[in-house]
Amino acid sequence: MTSASGSEQPLLRIDGLTKRFGGFTALDNVSVDIRPGERFGLIGPNGSGKTTLINCISGAFRTETGTVVFRGEDMTPLPPHIRTRRGIARSFQIPRPFRSMTVVENLMVALDFATAADDFASAAHRRDAAMSILTRMGLESKANVSATKLSQVELRKMELARAMATHPKLLISDEAMAGLSHSEVDEVLDLLMGLAGQHITVIMIEHIMQAVMRFSDRVMCLDAGRIIAIGAPTEVMANQRVQEAYLGT
Amino acid sequence: MNSNSVAFWIGAALFLVVIGVMTQVIGNEYPFFAGYVILQFIVLAVAWTILGGYAGYVNFGTSAFFGVGVYTAVFLVKAMGAPLLVQIAAAAAVGALLGFAVGLLTLRMQGIFFSIATIALTIVIETTVTNWRFVGGAAGIQLQRPPVMPPFHSYVQMLFFVQALLVVLAVAIARYVQRSWIGRGLQALRDDELAAECSGVPTLRLKVLACVISGALMCAAGAPAAMYLQYADPSSAFNLNYSVTVLAMSLIGGTAHWAGPIVGAILLGVTQQLLAVTISSEVNVLVLGVMLVLFVVAAPEGLLGLARRIAGTRAGGEA
Repeated sequence: MTSASGSEQPLLRIDGLTKRFGGFTALDNVSVDIRPGERFGLIGPNGSGKTTLINCISGAFRTETGTVVFRGEDMTPLPPHIRTRRGIARSFQIPRPFRSMTVVENLMVALDFATAADDFASAAHRRDAAMSILTRMGLESKANVSATKLSQVELRKMELARAMATHPKLLISDEAMAGLSHSEVDEVLDLLMGLAGQHITVIMIEHIMQAVMRFSDRVMCLDAGRIIAIGAPTEVMANQRVQEAYLGT
Repeated sequence: MNSNSVAFWIGAALFLVVIGVMTQVIGNEYPFFAGYVILQFIVLAVAWTILGGYAGYVNFGTSAFFGVGVYTAVFLVKAMGAPLLVQIAAAAAVGALLGFAVGLLTLRMQGIFFSIATIALTIVIETTVTNWRFVGGAAGIQLQRPPVMPPFHSYVQMLFFVQALLVVLAVAIARYVQRSWIGRGLQALRDDELAAECSGVPTLRLKVLACVISGALMCAAGAPAAMYLQYADPSSAFNLNYSVTVLAMSLIGGTAHWAGPIVGAILLGVTQQLLAVTISSEVNVLVLGVMLVLFVVAAPEGLLGLARRIAGTRAGGEA
């Protein structure tokens, strides 16, 4: 771990976040700091509010109370595309490719709209950048294939690649491994491990416990919209309430 | 890419030359009278595609924009006897403003909700104009054509040429939009709005921009209609048939490419003109409906999509 000393400014500070849908409270006063460079695992049973939390961080949902502060800037009033440009990228639980485009065009959208123009001045530059991301993800052979022709694991990788094309500082992976085979899980996990590091902080939502344990510096468990445990992976797994939430009482 | 643009502009220039020569050579009024309507529908269909095709927001408000264009011209003629060019420019400006307002109000809605809102818009505006005495109210208004400008021999010939200029303008704009970052953003949000937003695409701003451009072109296309008919009344200027026809033309031609609505408008426009002469203008609507159903079932991506599928890998070559 490079830079996770508790004293420095957090990359992301979530403070008192509450989200209701009608009478249902999906998130109840959630507060957490994510440190720069951290690999952060987010777990919890179905319907516990994990994806809602991601939607609030990325801006897809408006929140009633609470703030999301990213690199010292209040994100709460900003729409998703501005948050993306500030450096928050996400993948979707159910992949959402641009279906009328090829794989590389999917990435070009992110490069065209999310990155600062002076970094990638020419279209050729941006295309090179897209290709190098695809190569890193092992998708270079699929670059000019329609996004509708991809297999499930390729779609997951493309989601991550498109998120990476926005040049994020925070990458949120929402169950990128759900429904994949063992070897595919390892493949995607290795990719995420490779992406995380000095410049990119990763929040990973996952149900597959071995993956979470292997990946995370720190794990947070949500249940019914509240944080019930947060800490080192082994501690959280051993926590009585976490076991109850997963196994039932 | 560049040679592509050269070819496009040569084509546009040739088109205008042919239109210009036609006005000098053909003595009979009728071809211009019928041709004007087809050109008008090309502009409308191309304009519709910018929002309805590229962005995938199905707009039933074509008749609202068209009618506002007609009545902008009527108002200017009645109030100050403004010349044709001023009528069209003012209609485009009003259309852009209307597009902006409507876009802000309705483009947060998606799918069918947006479409319904645009129908409501048509009714609201039509009702307003119906109750506006200055422009004739429900009874309509007669208009006197000013003398024709040389080199044209008749006013309809001149309107025909002016509408041809609007066709070139509309197609050039639609082509630019499609090929620019605006088009790529619209295509992304048509595929998946949330994913587009999360990839940095300012979806609302792009949709409103598309609505502004589309609205301005539709109003501009409507403006000369006042002088074309020398008469305007709310129920024909805001006739929902414009919305349905234009939508059918775009969908039948294909909405992913600027050439689609041109093909659709020419095909349907010519068919309609032939039917109107040979059988009756009422049959138009029936034929329109049947063709729309056929295409939605057999060729959901329109004639261009069909051609592309047949041609296989030669896709997108003429962009």
